[in-house]
Amino acid sequence: MEFILIDRSIKTDKPGGMTLLDFIRYEKHLMGTKIGCREGDCGACTVLIGSLSEDKMNYISMTSCITPLANTAGKHVVTIEGLNMPELSPVQEAFVEAGGTQCGFCTVGFIVSLSGYCLTAKKSSYEDAISAIDGNICRCTGYKSIERAAASLIDKLKEINSKNRIEWLIRERFIPQYFQNIPERLALASPPAPLPGGEWRLLNGRKKTIVGGGTDLYVQRPEELEGGEVNPFFNRSDLRVISVNNVCFSIGTSNTVTDLLQSVEFRNIFPELKKYVKLISSTPIRNMGTVGGNLVNASPIGDLTIFFLALNSSVTLRKATGQKRTILLRDFYKKYKTIDKTDDEFIETISFNTFDKDTFFNFEKVSKRTNLDIATVNSAIQLTLKGDVIKQIHISAGGVGPIPLYLKETSAYLTGKELTPDTVIAAIDVAFTEISPISDVRGSKEYKALLLRQLLFAHFIELFPEKFEMEKFA
Amino acid sequence: MKNIDSNGHVRGASIYLDDIPLLVGTLHGAVFDSPCAHGKINRVDYSKAKNLSGVVGIFTYHDIPGENQIGGIIPDEQLFAEGEVHFCGMPIALIVAETETIARAARHLIEIEIEKLPVIVDPREARAKKSLIFPPRTFKIGDTTKAWEECEYIIEGEADNEGQEHLYIETQGAYAHETENGSIRISSSTQGPTAVQRTAAKVLGIPMHKLEVDVIRLGGGFGGKEDQATAWAVMAALGAHLLKKPVKIALHRLDDMRMTGKRHPYRSDFKIGLSKDLKILAYEATFHQNAGAVADLSPAVMERTLFHATNSYYVPHATVTAYSCKTNLPPNTAFRGFGGPQGMFVIESAIAKAANTIGVTAREIQERNLLKDGDEFPYGQIVAQAEAKNAWTKARQYYKLDQIEREIESFNIRNKHFKKGMAVMPICFGISFTNTMMNNARALAHVYQDGSIGVSTGAVEMGQGVNTKMVQVAASVFSVNPDRIKVETTNTTRVANTSPSAASSTADLNGKALQQACEMILARLKQTAAKILLSQALDISIINECVINKGEKTDLTWVRLVRMAFMDRVSLSENAHYATPIIHFDKSKEKGHPFAYHVYGAAIITVTVDCIRGTYQIDSVKIIHDFGKSMNPIVDLGQIEGGVVQGIGWMTMEELLYDADGQLLSNSLSTYKIPDIYSVPKEIIVEHLDTPGPDAAIQKSKATGEPPLMYGLGAYFAIQNAVKAFNPHYKLKFHAPFTPEKVLMGLYEEAMKKVEVH
Repeated sequence: MEFILIDRSIKTDKPGGMTLLDFIRYEKHLMGTKIGCREGDCGACTVLIGSLSEDKMNYISMTSCITPLANTAGKHVVTIEGLNMPELSPVQEAFVEAGGTQCGFCTVGFIVSLSGYCLTAKKSSYEDAISAIDGNICRCTGYKSIERAAASLIDKLKEINSKNRIEWLIRERFIPQYFQNIPERLALASPPAPLPGGEWRLLNGRKKTIVGGGTDLYVQRPEELEGGEVNPFFNRSDLRVISVNNVCFSIGTSNTVTDLLQSVEFRNIFPELKKYVKLISSTPIRNMGTVGGNLVNASPIGDLTIFFLALNSSVTLRKATGQKRTILLRDFYKKYKTIDKTDDEFIETISFNTFDKDTFFNFEKVSKRTNLDIATVNSAIQLTLKGDVIKQIHISAGGVGPIPLYLKETSAYLTGKELTPDTVIAAIDVAFTEISPISDVRGSKEYKALLLRQLLFAHFIELFPEKFEMEKFA
Repeated sequence: MKNIDSNGHVRGASIYLDDIPLLVGTLHGAVFDSPCAHGKINRVDYSKAKNLSGVVGIFTYHDIPGENQIGGIIPDEQLFAEGEVHFCGMPIALIVAETETIARAARHLIEIEIEKLPVIVDPREARAKKSLIFPPRTFKIGDTTKAWEECEYIIEGEADNEGQEHLYIETQGAYAHETENGSIRISSSTQGPTAVQRTAAKVLGIPMHKLEVDVIRLGGGFGGKEDQATAWAVMAALGAHLLKKPVKIALHRLDDMRMTGKRHPYRSDFKIGLSKDLKILAYEATFHQNAGAVADLSPAVMERTLFHATNSYYVPHATVTAYSCKTNLPPNTAFRGFGGPQGMFVIESAIAKAANTIGVTAREIQERNLLKDGDEFPYGQIVAQAEAKNAWTKARQYYKLDQIEREIESFNIRNKHFKKGMAVMPICFGISFTNTMMNNARALAHVYQDGSIGVSTGAVEMGQGVNTKMVQVAASVFSVNPDRIKVETTNTTRVANTSPSAASSTADLNGKALQQACEMILARLKQTAAKILLSQALDISIINECVINKGEKTDLTWVRLVRMAFMDRVSLSENAHYATPIIHFDKSKEKGHPFAYHVYGAAIITVTVDCIRGTYQIDSVKIIHDFGKSMNPIVDLGQIEGGVVQGIGWMTMEELLYDADGQLLSNSLSTYKIPDIYSVPKEIIVEHLDTPGPDAAIQKSKATGEPPLMYGLGAYFAIQNAVKAFNPHYKLKFHAPFTPEKVLMGLYEEAMKKVEVH
């Protein structure tokens, strides 16, 4: 496979399952990228990955510790060494000036993430700059000096010309000169090898594991994947389509969470999408994690799964032969980590009906740490009103059973009922018959049950604040 | 002056243990550790692992040439388990292989049979079973038995805290290779190079001079690499010694979290007595420290709990007792604050409970009992240069505490779904190693013939900026441009017999030693200058690299002066020793003057609780801090902000969980959460208290490492106050951390009774 690492064209026969981090540090001896946790949770290994689309480079941050090398095929990989120039860049300068670095071990990750922000920012926004570093953990500073660095950087970015961004950034010494030629170099480079015979090419008699962003596979089974070849669905542009018509919204499963957030059509349906997404992992993980990966992972607390369950979504599965079938997402989950999918099937798309003006949606999630954490309990709700009566309702709940739950009985109970606190209180009793939380590191089962109750209340309070408040539920 | 490492850090050019270029032939180690918390090893079969291609050797206690012993304070810790294992993660063998991947793969091939023995994870249970690391200790002042009779209010209770994972972003690691004649050079990510050297010598059975320990810098330490960096360094040295090949060990995160000890969980009882006018008359506390399976630094940590049992308050009658309880957890160890925070949490809990019982605010009790000059600590030291009241008063006025209280009250009336809470957290933290003999340091300074300067001390740079402060010390003595000065690595061959970089004292001790070394060289340079200028050394000074004679600027520059001194065969090198004066402590009486000085401050912490979801946000932390004369405001501010956030993390989301079998449940970054950028206080304001600063502090700049962590304790009490604002029936509880789970259960105690789970 081929890609560009900093300013060098790389052709390597290293296994595609090797982590990008190991390749950078141990094959290329670029030691600026640090190893912190090897599960995408600290950001010390953050790199930028640039891909060419319509003659323009699109750079995103990724945690190299859980990125398979295969996912970088045909792309531009930038480590801290690729951002260094004889003088400090304004990002680096801002950190030095603000005292934003103490032990320094996490610093590189912050610099890379913020430089990535400069490469993508549409306008200069402090909130967005902070969001760009929401996947970077620092144990020394308490982040206040880092916030000051980000604020001063925003000042320096005010003049950014996003039309000729790369030229502007080079001229203002944010990035080195070599960035200029990357688009044409990538265009000339041979495109990633197509996958003849589809995704089921065998390797030494073994099927290659399909990997999306790797954000969970490389946490759960790194040793198994690192030495071999993988099937990088992350790069499947055919599965990265989002389409919408009058009745149906359809999403290719290689779309990442970031792709969803950037889709104008998707944001139109979910005006509060940014708020929900902020609760889901971190910027680099959202840049990597795919819809399909989240669905087949079958985690009982998968955020996207819970989101789509309440949309009463359907998934379309495709066989190697091209044969397809479509089932309701809620029927996809059988028991703990068991899904209705054969070995030679993959999910091609997930689809759901578009909303009418009387349809409401809300997503709730509580975890030990509000952001960049796995849910203790999450829940989503979609309901359509006719006057004061609930015409249709779908509620999902994660973390309260062995699978991501569609609360069928609860939804059925509420259908046709009037929208009142008493109805909701009664529905909670129904919900409690559908759940079976267990005590674990994220919380006791009693807490999870109480929390679900609260999140169900929260849905109604958020959606209809004039009708509901906690006191009325007491 | 900015941190001298900043430029390297932002460019990724700074070198940490894992970045050291490898020597050809370097082998890699992985540690095979106990899968269970207590048991008898009946059988271990290494044959399959040994046969894996690429495995070079597997070493156990049988292979140790010297002693299988790494205990620092008490010799009770084996490097590799012999017959029994005492905690999950206890090292049993070192696997050395051609690559790290092979070494880790070989680990899966080792078969082990362990006969399980009863597991203790709770320190109270350990005490009941007389499972103690060493005998309990008691600090006593006055006579509590009599004092209770005079108390108008007596309140008793329990206060517990859980542990805290250090979560230095750089995991533990070491790299060792043989040099000549059986000597070994170890690069280690340790706060205590001498501990590594001494322990490796003991295990290898060779004298200390054959071991050179070198430390470039640490990617975070926080106490976690004071004692617990030693085992890996010794293992790497053992591998290098036995195989005659370089051996590197860099722990994976999960291995690090599983095998290393943390901040000590405590289970404590308190009894506090107050007069009618809210004066604390008597205080008793019993601390049960969960030490883990072996002593490690627990005796010293326990001692500091006793020293800080009364925090910033004067208590005329106090009896505080601590038990170091032996359990089957990994050996708990140093962590910023070193037992102090645990002691303070208990008296703050006692005050909060007393206030609630009496019907006043905690603040009224706190305010009335702050230390003043002439008061006596329970350990006999007389309070001097007390700033407790000044810090409190300034916080109250500067931040308009009364107004904050009123605003919170009005917010809570107006809002149903959100409630705010506030707490004030005063701190008083003693600076010095409580073990008096450790309060010494040495420094080596060289002025090179071109005028550049190299300095070595025993200080280890781990982000606290100590190297920057060392540059400042040398630059100010010589009055030269800081660019002329290089701080060398911390190396046991240049500076020997060092104390670890710990106890907030590193800059004081090493800075004072360096100051002396530089002053001695300076004195000789002045003599040379006097000779050249036909003057007297007394009339010579150097200002901004120029020699001044009798107040007049001369054309003799620093560079020329150095050159001429060199030509004149003057020694341009010096080695100096500093030992903190005055301090002493008599353990047989538990009285003395153990601290060079105390650091004071007060913080106002405000939080908002989401009463629907049980989550919370820290709104602000407003601090008045006693820096003395801060020699580096940027570095010191960073210490305060970082310390506060670490303390808040410990009090809120950082939940360290072991199950009843002693298995760590919160064993990764996905299950153990430290503060991220969104969860930190929206606002941290740090305001200086104008104080002269003590002579014992380097350039009168007080230590900043540990004290600010304890401001974070206020978060617990602020959250509790917010919960109470929502649920007036809420019964106060003292069990940190205050996780969102505890908050929600506290908000809805009544509803909880109705929640049935199948």
